Amino acid sequence: MALSLKELSKLDQTFAPGHRLCAGCAESIIVRQVLMAAGDPVVVANATGCLEVATSIYPFTSWRVSWIHSAFENAASTISGVETAYRSLVKQGKMEDVGMKFIVFGGDGATYDIGLQFLSGALERGHRFLYVCLNNEAYMNTGIQRSGSTPRGTWTTTSPVGEAIVGKREYPKDMTAIVAAHGIPYVAQAVPSQWRDLMTKVQKAIAANGPTFINVLSSCNRGWRHDTSQTIAVSKLATDTCVWAIYEIDHGVWKLNYKPKKKKPITEWFESQGRFSHLLRPENHALVEQLQEKVDKDWKALLEKCGEKT
Amino acid sequence: MKTALVPTGKLVKGIPLALDGAKIVAYAMKQMNPDVVPVYPITPQTEIVSAFSEYVANGEVDSEMINVESEHAAMSACIGASAAGARAQTATTSAGMAFMWEVLYVASGSRLPIVMHFVNRALSAPLNIHCDHSDSMGARDSGWIQLFGENVQEAYDNALQAIRIAEHPDVLLPIMHTQDGFVISHGIERAEVLPDEAVREFIGTYKPQYSLLDPKQPVTYGPVNLQDYYFEHKRQQVDGMEKALGVIPQVAEEYERLSGRHYGLLDPYRMDDAEFVIVIMGSAAGTARGVVAELRGKGIKAGLLKIRCYRPFPAKAVADALRGKKAVAVMDRAISFGAQGNPVFLDVSTVLNTYRLDTRAVDFVYGLGGRDVMPRHIHQAFQEILQVAETGETTPVVRYLGLRE
Ligand SMILES: Cc1ncc(C[n+]2csc(CCOP(=O)(O)OP(=O)(O)O)c2C)c(N)n1
Repeated sequence: MALSLKELSKLDQTFAPGHRLCAGCAESIIVRQVLMAAGDPVVVANATGCLEVATSIYPFTSWRVSWIHSAFENAASTISGVETAYRSLVKQGKMEDVGMKFIVFGGDGATYDIGLQFLSGALERGHRFLYVCLNNEAYMNTGIQRSGSTPRGTWTTTSPVGEAIVGKREYPKDMTAIVAAHGIPYVAQAVPSQWRDLMTKVQKAIAANGPTFINVLSSCNRGWRHDTSQTIAVSKLATDTCVWAIYEIDHGVWKLNYKPKKKKPITEWFESQGRFSHLLRPENHALVEQLQEKVDKDWKALLEKCGEKT
Repeated sequence: MKTALVPTGKLVKGIPLALDGAKIVAYAMKQMNPDVVPVYPITPQTEIVSAFSEYVANGEVDSEMINVESEHAAMSACIGASAAGARAQTATTSAGMAFMWEVLYVASGSRLPIVMHFVNRALSAPLNIHCDHSDSMGARDSGWIQLFGENVQEAYDNALQAIRIAEHPDVLLPIMHTQDGFVISHGIERAEVLPDEAVREFIGTYKPQYSLLDPKQPVTYGPVNLQDYYFEHKRQQVDGMEKALGVIPQVAEEYERLSGRHYGLLDPYRMDDAEFVIVIMGSAAGTARGVVAELRGKGIKAGLLKIRCYRPFPAKAVADALRGKKAVAVMDRAISFGAQGNPVFLDVSTVLNTYRLDTRAVDFVYGLGGRDVMPRHIHQAFQEILQVAETGETTPVVRYLGLRE
């Protein structure tokens, strides 16, 4: 399928409108992009989280594709069962091979933290599925708590800004690298603002014969504290400040997919969202410098891995 | 989905084998040839999955095995596979079951007819790998059907009947059938298996009502239910459980026509004119039966009521069996800490109360962590209930057998 807006606008939407995600939530934008790129038929497994609770309130469903939710941590195991069932039934001639695709949507809490073991197991076993992490950098469904993906210095309700401690104390784990270490065929990072890049990545992932993973930065305006109209703008700013790089590891080959002409300072990123507002105070200047250094260091390392000029 | 009973039931010639409970369950799994089998090792269940792995490795089954990274994942994968319309089976025990606990409820709440071959083992701490029923009791309220087997033969027979019960359209609930750890799982006995063909015919083929894999009819599994629907869906599960009370004997009857072996919700022994009854589940029933026979020889009107189907609890059948008896010793191989008695006792007491039976009952905790159950312990229980019947005094209600105090 050609990824032109004209062609895409003709597609039937398999993710229905009328869901109950917040206005401006990036998750629905990403899900639509992913489902359009993947094409039918597809089975989706969804971890507990905002997307699941806002799209499946009985007796309604936003899903015009087959969809299963089991629990918070186990979407990767659930899809393992579905995918294996498909292989088994097709092998035995109990059903036709209809080219079924398998996709998981999980938040960063579901992916980085509570579901890490389940995901790792499914990757190691080599099931054919695409795991999409809707990475809004905190547990949003339960009301903005820090996760293993929350950036250092960020305000959340469990890493509040106090007199003694200023937001989250730890750096996030590099989940994309952790997944890549499983040696699976395709791993990438993406943003919804670069929709063609994201959709191309989904197509590559679906075409790869094995487990694949795309970590998508997913703005949550409730948790990030920005206007609902700014979702795409902040996504773009993330890539322009290089706090979130978009790249892919296709069969072991690293490739950078976007390099800003001029890297913007991290302070612009902090200015765009209320969750960082405390960082702009003079007493946190030293911390901001450290955070900028970390971004610079990580960006340089990525450029090197991707064979780019540093 | 198989609704009609096989019309003419013809007895088929069984094949005698000498196997332990674990291996015979693996053999039953081979014969059932489930589509997907997610597994994880844990003593004393491991023997089931390693024996089954051999069948897979030798191409004797079509089953796709998933060597998952935990029991939670095993049950989660069963859920995915079953929702995809496949026959899914797994096996576990003890900590494995405890780890699965969250998703046991997802399986039953989603009405997925998953079959779990279960081995009974104590729960930590302290760590103990031997038999008691604490683990299965942790799942008694989870919406799974629970059958307790007594020996190797029953482990096999229950395994085959389990799939038919779970998949029955009036039931559609997951089922676990148990065998006592080591005592049965590692004890070699003579048992008869059915020919493959007979098993194939008995279990039939499974046609799911709703499959994730039907491209023409996409389905939503596991949606959010709020205050307006959750309660009704739970009530429907209760309905499935109640219907299982009718389906289990139906399936047993059909199985009997094939195998010649009789099964019911309960398994009574010398109950008709009994006055003193022991109620028991699992492997110790064999020991207890021997003691009952001995007591009968001495003119004591002893009887045994073995519970085969623990969930759903066959309350009416238990009431009918206990009506008019003088005293009952309820045997519990698990503790419900802080309760006024232990799981089986609480169920039996409720029956005595609801059906207004004038039968005294006391609770005997026995065999925890694999502590041997000897005939003398059963004798002791009978002696104590003879006294209960004579004096009418039930205190202490909870008593311990074979314990150093
Ligand atoms: C075992 C378990 N622990 C905790 C929860 C509560 N819980 C539900 S959703 C959620 C947070 C989800 O966060 P994330 O995965 O980041 O997704 P988001 O909602 O942000 O999209 C939590 C903590 C749960 N449902 N199950």
